[in-house]
Amino acid sequence: MNNRLPKQAGEWIDRSRELNFTFEGMSCRGYQGDVITSALYANGMRMVGRSFKYHRARGSYSMAGHDAHAMLTDGVRTNIRGDQVSLESGMNLRAVNTAGGLKRDRLNITERFSRFMPVGFYYKAFYKPRWLFPFHEKQMRKVAGLGAINANNAPTNSPKDYAWCDVLVIGGGGSGMSAALAAADGGARVMLVDEGLKLGGSLVWQGGGDHGGRVEPLAAAMVAKVEAHENIEVRCSTMAGGYYGDHWMGLFNGEKLTKLRAKSVVFATGVIEQPAVFGNNDLPGVMLASAAQRLMRLFAIKPFEQAVVLAGNDDGYRATLDLLDVGVVVKAVVDLRREDDVLSTDAMAQVRATGVAVRMGCGIYEAQARGTGRDRIGVAGVVVCPLNDDGELDAKRCETIACDGVAVSVGWTPNAGLLYQSGVRFVYDDGLEQLLPDVVPATVFVAGRANGVYAWTDRLRDGERAGLGAAGCLGEGNGEVGEGQDVGGRSKVAMSHGYPIFEHPGKKNFVDFDEDLHLKDFVNAHQEGYDNIELMKRYSTVGMGPSQGKIANVNSVRILAKLNGKTINETGTTTSRPFYQPVPIGHLAGRRFHPMRHTPMHDWHKQHGAVMFHAGAWYRPEFYRNGSMSREDCILSEAMHVRKSLGLIDLSTLGKLFICGADAGAFLERLYTGHFASMKIGKQRYAVALDETGVMIEDGVVSRLSEDRYYVTATSSGVAAFYREMQRWALVWGMDVTLINATGQYAAMNLAGPKSREVLAGLTDVDLSNDAFPFLGTREGMVAGVQAIMMRVGFVGELGYELHVPANMGLRLWERLMDAGAGIRPFGVEAQRLLRLEMGHLIISHDTDALTHPDEADIGWALADDKPFYVGQRSIAVMRKQTLERKLVGIRWEAGYSGPLPEECHLVIDEVRHKMVGRVTSVAHRSTLGYALGMAFVHPDMARPGTKIDIRVDGGAMSRAEVVALPHHDGEKQKG
Amino acid sequence: MPFGLIKFGLSKKYSEPRMFRKVEQPRDAYDVVIIGGGGHGLAAAYYLANECGITNVAVIEKGYLGGGGTGRNTAIVRSNYLTEDGARFYQKSVELFQDLSRTLDFNMFYSQRGHFTMAHSPASLRTQRWRAEVNKHLGIDSEVVGRDFIKKMVPEIDLDCGGHQPPIHGALFHPPGAIARHDAVAWAYARGADRKGVDIFQQTAVTDIEIEGGVNMSGNVGGRVVGVHTDKGFIKAGKVLSAVAGWTPQIQRMVGLRTPLTIHPLQAMVTEPLKPWLNTIVVSASLHTYVSQSSRGELVTGGSLDPYELTSTRSTLEFAEGLSGHLMDLFPFLGDIKVMRQWAGLCDMTPDFSPIMGVTPIKGFYIDAGWGTWGFKATPVSGYAMAHTIANDADHELIKAFNLSRFGKFRLVGEKGAASVGH
Repeated sequence: MNNRLPKQAGEWIDRSRELNFTFEGMSCRGYQGDVITSALYANGMRMVGRSFKYHRARGSYSMAGHDAHAMLTDGVRTNIRGDQVSLESGMNLRAVNTAGGLKRDRLNITERFSRFMPVGFYYKAFYKPRWLFPFHEKQMRKVAGLGAINANNAPTNSPKDYAWCDVLVIGGGGSGMSAALAAADGGARVMLVDEGLKLGGSLVWQGGGDHGGRVEPLAAAMVAKVEAHENIEVRCSTMAGGYYGDHWMGLFNGEKLTKLRAKSVVFATGVIEQPAVFGNNDLPGVMLASAAQRLMRLFAIKPFEQAVVLAGNDDGYRATLDLLDVGVVVKAVVDLRREDDVLSTDAMAQVRATGVAVRMGCGIYEAQARGTGRDRIGVAGVVVCPLNDDGELDAKRCETIACDGVAVSVGWTPNAGLLYQSGVRFVYDDGLEQLLPDVVPATVFVAGRANGVYAWTDRLRDGERAGLGAAGCLGEGNGEVGEGQDVGGRSKVAMSHGYPIFEHPGKKNFVDFDEDLHLKDFVNAHQEGYDNIELMKRYSTVGMGPSQGKIANVNSVRILAKLNGKTINETGTTTSRPFYQPVPIGHLAGRRFHPMRHTPMHDWHKQHGAVMFHAGAWYRPEFYRNGSMSREDCILSEAMHVRKSLGLIDLSTLGKLFICGADAGAFLERLYTGHFASMKIGKQRYAVALDETGVMIEDGVVSRLSEDRYYVTATSSGVAAFYREMQRWALVWGMDVTLINATGQYAAMNLAGPKSREVLAGLTDVDLSNDAFPFLGTREGMVAGVQAIMMRVGFVGELGYELHVPANMGLRLWERLMDAGAGIRPFGVEAQRLLRLEMGHLIISHDTDALTHPDEADIGWALADDKPFYVGQRSIAVMRKQTLERKLVGIRWEAGYSGPLPEECHLVIDEVRHKMVGRVTSVAHRSTLGYALGMAFVHPDMARPGTKIDIRVDGGAMSRAEVVALPHHDGEKQKG
Repeated sequence: MPFGLIKFGLSKKYSEPRMFRKVEQPRDAYDVVIIGGGGHGLAAAYYLANECGITNVAVIEKGYLGGGGTGRNTAIVRSNYLTEDGARFYQKSVELFQDLSRTLDFNMFYSQRGHFTMAHSPASLRTQRWRAEVNKHLGIDSEVVGRDFIKKMVPEIDLDCGGHQPPIHGALFHPPGAIARHDAVAWAYARGADRKGVDIFQQTAVTDIEIEGGVNMSGNVGGRVVGVHTDKGFIKAGKVLSAVAGWTPQIQRMVGLRTPLTIHPLQAMVTEPLKPWLNTIVVSASLHTYVSQSSRGELVTGGSLDPYELTSTRSTLEFAEGLSGHLMDLFPFLGDIKVMRQWAGLCDMTPDFSPIMGVTPIKGFYIDAGWGTWGFKATPVSGYAMAHTIANDADHELIKAFNLSRFGKFRLVGEKGAASVGH
């Protein structure tokens, strides 16, 4: 670590804690507080990665996380951003995008072919002949991409949390801290977030823009005051990743996602320094002046020995003074501005006073490489040329200056991604040569350099204004859009150069470092007609790399504006979208908490051999294991037992709804197709609901418990959505009803089989005789000491009683029934499906699809046409004037049939006409009746019982079945 | 080194011509005006000019070429639909796509990857079987496959979803499933149309449509189109095609037509570029997730529609959270991989998840809408069919089932099971 400086005020590193790590197999050392790239630089590693396309050597350019080439892998994680991830002891790091290591990267060969690969070249080749494209594609995919995944990585499991505050301040620099203090002093609860390790922002690394050390003590005092303030919560190393409307934000701190709602927001996000475009402007050693300053101030690293500073603003001179301070020999300041156009400043005067050569009205034509070919891993010098009247470099009058580093300080752009997302609109100020907030939504404030305010004293005042404003408007935002927020502190002189972009006929001059796009690529794309900003972006891919154009977009707009002869504002910008910086999938995913629902009898089922399956959000018993019997035998045996004796099934997943109120009957009358208002108390009726197009969406049983109280069952999978739909209709119709979804509050079970009355009678005082409690009756009464709703049903085709009890009593009743003897056995969902199929009872969305209407499903009887209205009635009336296209019918095979049998959803085929004429919706290969049977949609011509139909099964064989009238089993039928 | 690239290296000056002319001012009249410069509108212009001999055509685009659904979708192409009408239509699109790079002389990176629709329940597997059977009957390569086959083809997948979701039981596998460079499809059609003389106007808005006759005495929409008003003046045209997807309600108001369209946002996101590992297209209907890896190395991934109607293309954090969770359910090692960007597009949804195409009660007004979440894959075939429909003033055979009139007759083309997520 030979280029560490003595202790710097505000440095992030902790010199007492040295960390060992390796990079590309070499041993390195750094300090706690280093980021990976600073530690590498301290170890003399100027080259940190290779570029995306040409695999050119690249070094730290921004030190702010905008360098796609500064991505590493530690063998477990990939695409680790060197500027943003703190160094840890024992890291074994490699650059991500190389073949054969960083130094010997074989893929650098692509640069030699770069003349054959102009912008969009891949659209113009590789597709003839067609069969060769997969080969080319394979080669291209291999060289694309950055890091490689590690499929063995364990899943992350990071928590998420929520936070609230009155005022959120994003950015902990001078203006942000000032805003936070002003708002907090006014009594607001403030949260201050900053992506850096510590507060201070550019006050720390840029000396506040006023050289001479006056700012640093003040910054330290401010930090102390902020940290001590009881109304301010500081979160460093925390990035505001995206703004989502109404001040809903995602904060990412490297460990987890925090979702935050603020009442007002101050964006003190600062500015992002922008590159100059000249030949070889990407060599390791060429960097933004702010990157050099960060290295010096935050990490105490001497960035260069001999430097040239390219300036387009006064900040270049301040950076020069900073460099001189730490002992860098500044060979020259090359200033793009002409002497006559610049008012001398303190910093300029100080630089001149040191004797450093200043070349006004000049630019850098190219940086000269140290090394050749893929070993061009540093700067040997720069070629400086004067600018002519057109702002172009005059390459004939050049001067070469030897140096090992170039600091580029030609301008800034607001760090505006989140601001755009919050609704702030920017205009380009032609005088200041940068974007400025123009229209700012209410309760949003922009402060500091993001607001065009540069002098540090002005920034503090601007922050105070924003903080006071944010605290003063708490909760008062109503979405109206205010005017801009210039309070007079904005810079009067341009801090950015209007066109720091210079052609070079031989060397590559990069505009987008992520995507390896150089100036010529833009010119060529424009020539081909991609002459608006959106098309330019998509054709050239500018701004689409990992940094999302943070140091490329502004220059690309300038280039396009010039090519079109238009202004920046006429040219426009592309849309800013989340995320500000890429965020880990694992932090977004969180702990992936997907709770499953258990019925009250869940544990009982498991203890008694149930094989459970996922039924939506629930677990349900599919069947119960029985010795060594096969699954199919178990299911058939359970079904047979219900037919012959007695079974019990857990129906707690059924939707259970109470519909109460004066309009309850009328409401059901509108919602479902049948009659319910006139239903007698103690009766139940099958109910089907349609959507407005007449499609069947739900069915269940409606019981009338009292004059204004109904109990409705709905399908397990459909109840949540249907309950929402009920609530919507209740509002739309303005009816006096109370809707209660009691699905989870009630347990339910069906006691079914010839012996059910006998067993139940022993547990209740309710008169179960056929006269007192007939089929399709509903009673309320005590069963085994538990208050129950009792419904005499026939879904499975046997004498049966559904018993609905409070959930906490479910297991108790279940166990009492199981103990009641008579050879009772539990049965699972599969046996129930078989039994209902034998009864010809359809299951919505199993035997129906997204377009099935009641006549097709042969339940037209359930439609009460004498009613004035039900949902879907109008559509049914229209449809009934047309011919039916399909019909749901029963199908069966002969007893003893041994040919192939279909699966559900195999098709009915008219072999002669080679047409699809139907589909099997349900099938049971074995049944309690001794033969295979099912249901199918068929063309109405084929719906007559006795018709033979052909079903194509797996492998193409045909299975011939016979259409039969439903039900297959003549039992206690619920529907009809 | 492909031969096509050598010219760039050898020529001193970059000699590539403009792909589409810059026409400043529209002519007074065109035979056909196409509203919407997305893939569909441009493809219709291309086929009108190249196959129907109608070159006096203007394409009017409010924004820029391919800036709507064309540039916002996740670029999946497939034909494993559920209905006969749907499957035949999308199959034609796949066939056109397979040759499109050569037809249009523009590499669209049409990449056949194989398309899996994972089933996490027996019920889901039933629907997949239904699709597979219909597909096979129509000659479309489509098969229900088991867990072993999935694991062989997508070794990185966690078939048991780490216990966070119901396990994968099987999948519908559709070998021709492909991805393509979506923007390039719009550009290539634009260039192909432009070369035949079609005028393309970007940043030009249609402000009204002039109808002669209009609503008749009994209140029915009718009459005939005579031209469109734009912010560059009136353009006379006897035939006008609306191909504006999410903006259809605005256009239909201009002509007084009613459609059952609702507009919902659909979101998507993309990760940082990674070295190639995911070679297939993976869809999980139960998890509302689909993901593929682009030729640039990014994972391109999306989910289901936002559940509310909205004409806005903002993103939501909740979407990114939910989708990330489901991605990790399928690929648990992705926790450290970073999401780079999220975005949204507009979907014009129909009740039956099939498009609305063809002639309308207004003579000379043609509609190409209802593209919901399935528009990109239909780009070639919709352009092709609409061009022929416009040229003959009668619905092309492939789109007869999709006419707007089907809603009045309840002759819906139900593709919900095949289109709601698995696109």
